[in-house]
Amino acid sequence: MPEISGFAFPNDVHVWWSLMIVLYPYLTGFVAGSFIVTSLYHLFGRQEFKPVARLAMATSLAFLAIAGLPLTLHLGHPWRNWFVVVTPHFTSAMAGFGILYSGYLVILLLEVWFVWRQEIIARARRSRGFMRGIYKLLALYTYDTSPEARDIDHRAITVLAAIGLPGACMLHGYVGFIFGAIKANPWWSTPLMPVIFLMSAAVSGIALLIVLYQAVSKFQRRPADQPCVSALARWLWFFLILTITLELLEIIVMAYEKSESWVIISELITTRLEFSYVTMQMIVGGLIPLILLAIVVMMNRYLHERVRNTLSTAAALLCLLQVFAMRWNIVIGGQLLSKSLRGLRSPYESEVFGHEGILMAIALFIAPFVILWVFDRLLGFSEPEEEGGGQAEHGAAPERAASTTMQL
Amino acid sequence: MHERLRVIQPSPPPDGPSAAACGSTRREFLADALRLSSGAVVLLAGASIAEGAAPAEKPAGERYNWDEHLYAYLIDTTKCIGCGSCVRACRAENGVPDGFYRTWVERYVVGMESAHVDSPSGGIDGFPPIQVSFVATKSFFVPKMCNHCKATPCIQVCPVGASYRTKDGVVMVDGERCIGCAYCVQACPYGSRFLNPTNHTAEKCTWCYHRVTKGLKPACVEVCPTGTRLFGDLKRADDPVRQAIEHDRVAILQGHLLTEPQCYYLHLDKEVR
Repeated sequence: MPEISGFAFPNDVHVWWSLMIVLYPYLTGFVAGSFIVTSLYHLFGRQEFKPVARLAMATSLAFLAIAGLPLTLHLGHPWRNWFVVVTPHFTSAMAGFGILYSGYLVILLLEVWFVWRQEIIARARRSRGFMRGIYKLLALYTYDTSPEARDIDHRAITVLAAIGLPGACMLHGYVGFIFGAIKANPWWSTPLMPVIFLMSAAVSGIALLIVLYQAVSKFQRRPADQPCVSALARWLWFFLILTITLELLEIIVMAYEKSESWVIISELITTRLEFSYVTMQMIVGGLIPLILLAIVVMMNRYLHERVRNTLSTAAALLCLLQVFAMRWNIVIGGQLLSKSLRGLRSPYESEVFGHEGILMAIALFIAPFVILWVFDRLLGFSEPEEEGGGQAEHGAAPERAASTTMQL
Repeated sequence: MHERLRVIQPSPPPDGPSAAACGSTRREFLADALRLSSGAVVLLAGASIAEGAAPAEKPAGERYNWDEHLYAYLIDTTKCIGCGSCVRACRAENGVPDGFYRTWVERYVVGMESAHVDSPSGGIDGFPPIQVSFVATKSFFVPKMCNHCKATPCIQVCPVGASYRTKDGVVMVDGERCIGCAYCVQACPYGSRFLNPTNHTAEKCTWCYHRVTKGLKPACVEVCPTGTRLFGDLKRADDPVRQAIEHDRVAILQGHLLTEPQCYYLHLDKEVR
């Protein structure tokens, strides 16, 4: 039995939402964050993101493929998970999961198909035997690479990105809403929660792409495109500033208002969550990357390539820690606090084995990278410039950028 | 196997003798007696036939019409002695697993500067004496349970509609539909819900719905030796709980959350949340 300081309602001493529920928003954060990056290129025509646009889209898909698993594993009755999709109770925030998840999955799959269509066709023509059949199937037996078909592809990509971006934001904003709309828990109940989740999703997505891009560049023995690294670092800095500001504002407002719950929340932060909140979320994962990224952004033109790569990757890794700490502090922290507002339970220690254990969490975190590896083997992340497809995109992206600017 | 409570038949509705019967004349009395005796003869002669011909009476559960009831609960905190009978009765009646509580009792020891609250094992074994480090000026017990809120967040957040409120005002969980996501447990401001460690579905107080639909009282009310706990029907004008809610100064827990609890408290202290 956990130890209780103060008084907790007798049923309030259990941590019902385990490591899996920490992992779930962490994984969906990558989905939304990566999609924001890919949209910056495909929708807003930011050319500097071109080297990572495909990687970002594939990352979004790879994490989306896994994102539902931790939720299912956490359920008391995992085999009843389809009830949420088939018979949703619409007053529940959780019931929106089926609609948002499946809707976004369809949009993302379509967009991936349109973006990689030329590549699929090229590979279908190149390969032989079994693989040819696979590519043929992936191409949906359509080998049309005419300029008209490419034009349709580009328009479809823009439209899908325009739907996908709000879709990704809503998918992750809704995760924040699941917590933010629980009025019983003062540590969760704030309208800022969906916004904080969304901002930190952008942080985690961009940070992951910085790390992945460096890894992929090393793997492919190609130097990382420096304007792209700079741009990623700049946007990471921007979203990290927003995230830390909002996270601090949430606490400052509570403290300044001297709300009923502040006494217990201040105790929660300074005792049970001292390491994960103060040390990890705010200092190691917050303040330090803020400084590192400030150096990358403000001293950009003085930095050597290797220094820029190292600083931005180190900052990105710390940001990944920050976001995980934030998810942990929200999900687990909220359950250490009794709704009696008079007591805290002892820190939660996750089981190692078992379907909600640490090993399962590690496996679920690694799984998207395996999917990405398979994706790379099958379709590749690089722009197919050598086959002419890239030139078409080169031409099309600025046009799209111009039209987007005009619309905006 | 857990021990079931002794089933006590509900007392008939308090129908007083009619005014006509009170003022009956001797002639009317004799006429009635004659009718009754002739009826008795018929009854004696054809009892077996009558038995076979009479329609079979429905069991209490089937006679029950939930449109005719609207339940509420009243707790008078000045009467509770912290004996824990209610917690034990609940455990026996509903097979509540160890370490989890459908109802529990809290002890408050309050002074001008500080307050101490505890509920050792939910108060199931009563309360051992304690010493506090401040000057205590008052002390009392507060029984707690599901508040069966009208605007309850637990029903609102259930993603599959497994939590629901019956027409007679009882919040229930359908264990066949519950997926065990624990969202309702998180959403309940009163800490009334838990996931049963055996069947992995949400569980909570049902006001002993299986009993009240048979005209019985919830187990906790049945065993309370001091009348702290009262169960009532708001659709009955003369119901003591309804009378109290209508005419006394009653309080609810965490009223600021606007969940409209149907568990009312008399003499609730400011320290109780």
